[in-house]
Amino acid sequence: MVQTSTAPLPSRAYVGTGQRRIDGVSKVTGQARYAAEFPADGLLYGHVVSGGALANGMIERIDASAAEAAEGVVRVYTHENRPRQPWFDSTYQDQVAPPGIPFRPLKDAKIVYSGQPVALVVARSLEVAAYAASLIEITYREEPFRTDLAAEQSNAYVPPEKRAGIEPPPPDRGDVDRALAEAPVKVEASYFVAAEHHNPMETHASTVVWNDGKLTVYDKIQGVVASKEYLTEVFGLIADDVQVISPFVGGAFGVGLRPQYQLFLATMAALDLQRSVRVTLTRDQMFTLTYRPHTIQHLALGADRDGRLTAIRHEAVAATSTFEDYQEVVVNWSGLGYRCPNVAFDYKLAKLHTYTPSDMRAPGAATGVYGLECAMDELAHAAGIDPLELRLKNYAEEDANTGNPFTSKQLRECYRQGAERFGWSRRSAAPRSMREGRELIGWGMATGFWEASMQQTSARAILSADGRLEVATATADIGTGTYTILAQIAADAMGVPIEQVDVKIGDSSLPASPLEGGSWTAASAGSAVEKACFGLREQLFHHARAMEGSPLANEVLERITFAGGRMAVANDPSRSVVVADVMAALGLEKLAAEETAKPDQDAQENYSAYTHAAIFAEVRVDEELNVVRVTRIVNAVAAGRILNLKTARSQILGGVVFGIGMALEEQSELDHRFGRFMNHNIAEYHIPVNADVRDIDVIFVEEHDDKVSPIGVKGLGEIGIVGTAAAIANAIFHATGKRVRDLPITPDKLLRDGDDGVSSGMARAG
Amino acid sequence: MNRFSYVRPDAVAAAVRERASDPGARFIAGGTNLLDLMKYDVEAPSRLIDITRLPLRDIQELDGGLRIGALVPNSDLAYDRRIEERYPLLASAILAGASPQLRNMATTGGNLLQRTRCVYFYDTATPCNKRTPGSGCSAIGGINRQHAILGASEHCIATNPSDMGVALAALRASVRVAGPDGERTIPFSEFHRLPGDEPQRDNNLAADELILSVDLPAEHFAINYTYLKLRERLSYAFALVSVAAALRLEDGKIAEARLALGGVAHKPWRDEAAEELLRGQPAERASFEQAAGQILSGARGFGENDFKIELARRAVVRALEQAAAGTPQSQSDKRVQ
Ligand SMILES: Cc1cc2nc3c(=O)[nH]c(=O)nc-3n(C[C@H](O)[C@H](O)[C@H](O)COP(=O)(O)OP(=O)(O)OC[C@H]3O[C@@H](n4cnc5c(N)ncnc54)[C@H](O)[C@@H]3O)c2cc1C
Ligand code: SF4
Repeated sequence: MVQTSTAPLPSRAYVGTGQRRIDGVSKVTGQARYAAEFPADGLLYGHVVSGGALANGMIERIDASAAEAAEGVVRVYTHENRPRQPWFDSTYQDQVAPPGIPFRPLKDAKIVYSGQPVALVVARSLEVAAYAASLIEITYREEPFRTDLAAEQSNAYVPPEKRAGIEPPPPDRGDVDRALAEAPVKVEASYFVAAEHHNPMETHASTVVWNDGKLTVYDKIQGVVASKEYLTEVFGLIADDVQVISPFVGGAFGVGLRPQYQLFLATMAALDLQRSVRVTLTRDQMFTLTYRPHTIQHLALGADRDGRLTAIRHEAVAATSTFEDYQEVVVNWSGLGYRCPNVAFDYKLAKLHTYTPSDMRAPGAATGVYGLECAMDELAHAAGIDPLELRLKNYAEEDANTGNPFTSKQLRECYRQGAERFGWSRRSAAPRSMREGRELIGWGMATGFWEASMQQTSARAILSADGRLEVATATADIGTGTYTILAQIAADAMGVPIEQVDVKIGDSSLPASPLEGGSWTAASAGSAVEKACFGLREQLFHHARAMEGSPLANEVLERITFAGGRMAVANDPSRSVVVADVMAALGLEKLAAEETAKPDQDAQENYSAYTHAAIFAEVRVDEELNVVRVTRIVNAVAAGRILNLKTARSQILGGVVFGIGMALEEQSELDHRFGRFMNHNIAEYHIPVNADVRDIDVIFVEEHDDKVSPIGVKGLGEIGIVGTAAAIANAIFHATGKRVRDLPITPDKLLRDGDDGVSSGMARAG
Repeated sequence: MNRFSYVRPDAVAAAVRERASDPGARFIAGGTNLLDLMKYDVEAPSRLIDITRLPLRDIQELDGGLRIGALVPNSDLAYDRRIEERYPLLASAILAGASPQLRNMATTGGNLLQRTRCVYFYDTATPCNKRTPGSGCSAIGGINRQHAILGASEHCIATNPSDMGVALAALRASVRVAGPDGERTIPFSEFHRLPGDEPQRDNNLAADELILSVDLPAEHFAINYTYLKLRERLSYAFALVSVAAALRLEDGKIAEARLALGGVAHKPWRDEAAEELLRGQPAERASFEQAAGQILSGARGFGENDFKIELARRAVVRALEQAAAGTPQSQSDKRVQ
C-alpha cells in the first residue's frame, strides 16, 4: 500500500490537484507511437554490430562479404566503406557533450571501448539484418587497456576544462586539517558507488524517413532540438531539411540527453542509400551506451561533543572515458548541506577505456549525497546523537558555498513531517536493538538535495473559434507527465476545461525548448506555456475592450478574470464577455501568441535554489541469512509548487524505487580482462521488482517560492532518488551493526563483513 | 539469429525421427530459454522441432506417485491440486522461479534442460568452454558470484539454474525419455552431469532423445518440507543458493531425510551421506549443522563466490529448521520464516 498526503495549495481549478495523464489512454491502448514504431514506405532496417571483448586496439580485418551476399541485405557499412564524414571532431559535439572528443561511430579502425559499434547491416527486414550481422568476421589487435577504477585512482586528475553547466567544487574554506586534528569526535571512511546503466523500458531507436533529400527523423531523445542540431552539424544539412519528432519517450533517465550512435548510423545510411532507415538497439546494446560513473569517495567529518560540525573533507574519484571528461557535481553538496566553518573539496576523474559516462537521474547528487549522508550517520553514531537531531543541529540557513540565501528551504518541515509520519521518535538508538523473530529491524534516515533550476523556453498558444486551446513547445515527455501539467497550466490560465486543451510537444518545428533534464522541464516549459496563454489573454482583452459598447471598456487587464469561457471584471462578474463572441465578432478563426520565459536574472545571481527532502527507511534483515527487505519508506519533499499530485507522487515513487535499486541491487559489472560490462541484460542486471517495493509514503511539504521560476515550481524528477540509498544503508547499519560502504549492498557483502560489526577496515571512528 | 526451418510433428516417434535425421535440429517447447539463446547467437539450430502438439500435457497417477508430461507448463504443475496436496515441495520450488509470465510458457521438460546463466556463456565475444569447447573458462578469475562451489572443474564452474530441478532431486524423481531405440528411464541424480572436461554437456540425455515425462515416486513429504531460495533481489532472480529439504519425523526423530541444493553446482546437488547423517537423529539444530557440514564438505570458492559456502551452510540449517517445524518458506511473503 502506498499513500500520499499533501499540504493545501492555492486554489486553482487544475493546478495543484491530482489529474489523470491526458496521454494515458493513448499509451495503454498502443496509440502512442515511439521512435521505432513510425511507419515509412520502403523502410530498411539496420542492425548494429557491436565490437568484441577488448576495450582498446584496432580492427585488423573486417570481412563482411558473407553478410553482403546474404539475401535481403542492402548494404553493410564499416569504417572502411562508410560515406565521408566531417573532419573536425568538434562538429560532433552535442548540447551536453563534456569537454573532449566525442565518439564518432565508424570513424576508423580504432577500438576505444568494448562493444562499440563497428558495423551497420542494412537489410529489408530486421531479422535478415540481425542474421547477416552474425556472418561478419572481425579480427582485432588488442592494445593494453584499463578499466579498474580502484587501480586508476593514483592517476586521477582534476579536469582541466570544466563541463558547461556543471559547477566545479567551490574553494576550500577554513582549515580542515586543523579542525579535524582538534575535533573531539570524528569519522573517516571511503564509500563506493557502482556503475549503473539507465535501462529505460524503451531501447534506443531512430526511424529516419527520407523524402527527396529532406529528413523526418523519429528519435528517442530527451529533446528534439539536440538531435536536430547534431544532425545539421554532422551531416551538413540545412535546418529546413530536417525535422525531428519524438512525441513519446519510453523512459530515459538521462540516457536520452545525448544523441546516441543509432541516430548517426540511421541517418548516415538514409542519406547514402536515399531510403528510409530504422536502427533499433537491442537490450544488450543499451549497455554499450553511457552509464552512471562508478565513484570512490573519501569523507572525513569532525564535530564538537555536541555534534556541531567543525570540519568536512569530501573527496571523490569518478570514472570517465579516455576521450571525454564527463563531470557532475559530487562533492559540492558537502559545502551547502550543513553549516560548517571548515570544508575541503576534491573532485577528480580517472580515465578508463569505457564509453563516456553521462547524466543519470540526479547525476552527482545520487552519488555524493549518498557519501555525505552515510558519513553523517556514522558521525551521529560516534557522537551518540540521534541522526535526525544531528542534522537539525547543523541546519544550513544559507548556501555557504556561495553565501547566498535560498529562494526557499522548507527542509525543517520535511524533517518534522517525515519523522512524525514514520514514527522516528520511537527509534531505539543502539544498533541491533530492534527485532521481530529472526529479523533485525533498522531505521535509518538521510537528507536529499537537488538543484532547482529553470531554462529559457519558448511556447505557443493558439485559441480556435471552436474553443479549443492548443499549447505547443518542443520539449519532451519522458514519462514524467509533462503533457498533463502543461494542459493543467493552460486550462487554468485561460479558464477552460482541461478536455479542451491540446498539448503538442516533441517536435523540432515547435517553439524552442531545452533538453528535458535537470528536473527543470515543469518549471521551464510550464512557465513558457503560462506566459503564452497570458499573451493570448492580453490580445483577447484588447480586442474585447475595443468592441463597441464593450462591458470591459476602460478596464485594465490586471482586473480581468478568465473562467468558464468568459472574461469578467474581478469583483463585478456582471461585466463580462464571452470569449467565443469576441472571436466571432472579429471573424477570427484562430488567435495565437508565442512567448519566451526566462529565468529571473536577479534571483539566479543572488539566490541559491534547491529542492529538499527527508527520507526515512525501515529495513528488516534476517539475522543469519542477511536477506534485506525494505519494508517502509517515508519521503517528505519540499519542491515549491506541486502542479499535479498524481504525477508528482509518481515521480517520487519512481525515484525512491531507483534508490532501492542503487542501495541493494544495481551494478554494471566490468570484467577488466575484457574491459566489458558483462551483465548486459535485465535478467542479470537487477533492478527492483514488485516484491522489493513495499510501503512508500510521499509527503509534499508546503513551500512558496516566488523566485525559483515564474510559476513557483522547482521540479521533482530527480529528488526522489537522492538520499534514498543512504537512508537504506543507514537503516541496515542500525539493524545489523554492519557498515557496508560499497553499493550495492548485496548478500555477499553483508556476509563477508563478518558478524563482528567491523567493516572493510576503511573506516575509523575516533 | 540464424535462419532455420520449422516442423511441428503430432507424434513422439515423428519428433524423435526428425531430431535423429538432423544433428543441427533442436526441440522447442515453451521457447523461453532456447529463443533467447538463438537471439544471442549461442545456439544456431538449422531446424526447430516444435513439440507443443505432442500428447505430453497430462499429469497421471503412477503406482502411488505421479507421471508429469514433459509439456505440462510450470504454472499448471505448481497449481495442480495433486501436486499442491502431495508434493508441495515441488509446487513451492516452481513458484520460487522466474515470473508468472515465464512459468506460463515454460514446460517441465524445458525447465530441466535450461542452460546456465553464466554471463560469459551468453556473450559470444568472450571465451567459454561450455559454448565453445577449448576456448577457456572466463568465469574463473572473472565475474562468478553466481557460480559453483561444488563439483566444478577447471574447465567450467557454471551452475544449473533450475529451481524445479532441486525439488525433483530431493524427491528422487526419474526422467522417462524416448529415443530412436525406444524408451528408458533415468534416475534424477544421473540426469544432469558435472562439467568435468566436457562442460558442453549439461546432462546425460542423448542428442536424439526426447523427454516424455518426469515420474514422481510415492513418498511425497507433504508435511515437513521447505524450499528456501536466496537471491540478489526478493523475486525474479536466479538462486545464489537454494535448499530443498524434506523430512519424515517419527517421535521427534528423523526417520527419513532429503536434502538438495540449487545454485551451487552444475547439477542439483544431493549428498546421500548428508541425508544418512540425519536419519535417526533428533530434529534439532545440532543435527542440521552436521548435515550442512557434510553436504558442503567438498565446497570451494572461486573468489567472488566464496561467500556462498557460508551462506549455503546457514541456508541448509534454516531450511531443515523450517521443514522440521512444518513451517515451509512462503514464496509470496518474502520474509524468511
Ligand atoms: C528472465 C528469466 C528468469 C528466469 N528465472 C528462473 C528462475 O528463477 N528459476 C528457474 O528455475 N528458471 C528460471 N528461468 C528459466 C525458465 O524456467 C526456463 O527458461 C524454462 O523452464 C524453459 O522451459 P521451456 O519450455 O521454455 O524451454 P525451451 O526454451 O523451449 O527449451 C529449453 C531446452 O530444452 C529442450 N527441450 C525442451 N523440451 C524438451 C523435451 N521434452 N525433450 C527434450 N528436449 C527438450 C530444448 O531443445 C532446449 O534446448 C528464467 C528464465 C528467464 C528468461
Ligand atoms: S563457467 Fe562454464 S559456462 Fe561460464 S565461462 Fe566457464 S565454461 Fe563457460
